[in-house]
Amino acid sequence: MTETGSLLDWMITGSIIMFKVMIIVMPLMLAVAYLTYAERKIIGYMQLRIGPNRVGPRGWLQPIADALKLLMKEIIVPAKSNNYLFVIAPMLSIAPALAAWAVVPFGSELVLADVDASLLYILALTSMGVYGVIVAGWATNSKYAFLGTMRSAAQIVAYEIAMGFALVGVLLAAGSINLGEIVLAQSGSLLHWFWLPLFPLFIIYFISGIAETNRAPFDVAEGESEIVAGFHVEYSGMAFAVFFLAEYANMILIATLCSLLFLGGWLSPFEGIPLLQPMFQWVPGLVWLLAKTAMVLFFFLWLRATFPRYRYDQIMRLGWKVFIPITIFWLVLEGGAVMLELGPWFD
Amino acid sequence: MAFEQVVFYVFAAILVYAATRVITVRNPVHAALHLVLAFFTSAGLWLLLEAEFLAIALVLVYVGAVMVLFLFVVMMLNINVEPVRKGLLRYLPVGLSVAGLMILEMYLVLRSKSFDADAMPMPARHGADYSNTRELGSVLYTQYVYAFEIAAVILLVAIIAAIALTMRKRPETRHQDAAEQVKVRSQDRVRVIKMESEKRN
Repeated sequence: MTETGSLLDWMITGSIIMFKVMIIVMPLMLAVAYLTYAERKIIGYMQLRIGPNRVGPRGWLQPIADALKLLMKEIIVPAKSNNYLFVIAPMLSIAPALAAWAVVPFGSELVLADVDASLLYILALTSMGVYGVIVAGWATNSKYAFLGTMRSAAQIVAYEIAMGFALVGVLLAAGSINLGEIVLAQSGSLLHWFWLPLFPLFIIYFISGIAETNRAPFDVAEGESEIVAGFHVEYSGMAFAVFFLAEYANMILIATLCSLLFLGGWLSPFEGIPLLQPMFQWVPGLVWLLAKTAMVLFFFLWLRATFPRYRYDQIMRLGWKVFIPITIFWLVLEGGAVMLELGPWFD
Repeated sequence: MAFEQVVFYVFAAILVYAATRVITVRNPVHAALHLVLAFFTSAGLWLLLEAEFLAIALVLVYVGAVMVLFLFVVMMLNINVEPVRKGLLRYLPVGLSVAGLMILEMYLVLRSKSFDADAMPMPARHGADYSNTRELGSVLYTQYVYAFEIAAVILLVAIIAAIALTMRKRPETRHQDAAEQVKVRSQDRVRVIKMESEKRN
């Protein structure tokens, strides 16, 4: 921004940025729609069912039909709710879920904002997502919704600490808090990626990510068997759809971060292998990143189909008494490895 | 007006509005949410000063964790504001004297030589490769390492004290031992009996 920046300059810069934002957000929305389809299909096959197969060939148009249905439905605002906060809660939920994508690098040059402290920025924004849940539950003025809110607030605060510690491990290993530099620090081969030296932190980050996005088996915030639908019990139509979008956008974000931080991001998995590396040289980095993200997302769905919901006290115990001590222990160990310049990761 | 100035004035206006609403709004939950907005906009102002680490830490710690717990408590308490407001006249002298004292202190600090325009020049603009986080870390762990460590120990003591004060063992509460629960085998709990079907009378 120059001191003499005229209105026209602003508009040009602004529209270029808006265009780039659209390039990220539009595919993300499409990915969210088809992630719901993939979820229903995958869990269907895991439970020996077919899943959605009526709308369009093999049910491919099912997410479009669902979106249309939600658009048509009426948004019901409960009479005794706090109207203003009731409407603002879904926005509070989706805004951080989308804003976090601003610093996600999709390739060595493909990033909207190459912020220096991008890892911290993402951690800060993902921690803001809880406001949507809290405000929704409170504004609804219903006991079920409020119980969901209380559960979610305590759960997210608990798992954020373990998540933050896991990220400290990553930045210790990479020597940077810029996501692009973290990926480049993993280059070499599949064994140079951080999943191997930081294996416990990788697992903890993944599980905390599930807890942070309120996904099964940590979805007590909406636990339908005991509190109907938790914080969004009174939401309908588009207001509900926005919560839904935020949850799935967050899920894709966590999966992308998992692949960026621990699975080498856009780096080819065949790096450093004599014959295969030149063979797969032509594949663009974005494809690898998307493939890794899809794999992590598959694990999300697989876990949902496999495990029953955690009991609430067990969730708290796992977060505070198991994950945090493990991360602290591994950080001390890793600090020692960095001091000794243990190869091939920390030299 | 340069772009940065516009951003500054927009953020400053939102900050002043949010801070005013914190103390004027009737509903305590709304007050807490306005405080969240105030924190968020001040983080935006810090970003303009190229203090990105402090700005993000403010959002992460205060907005992401402290205010969540704060809201949690405020929502549970169900505070009734009306009786609190009745004491307004009684507490007015105390409140006014505290406010006057704070204004006096701020006046004394801000008019002193160490805070005027000569002593505090405009911070120099840094290039894109300047890392505020790295600079802050290197100063914090070398020059100010003792102060930093002492602050850390004080915080640790405060944490332990807070836990010790709130933890009380009541005889009637029943705890579940997770280790014991994991060890349980179905053979110890369930006995499968084979029996002939009985005829209904």
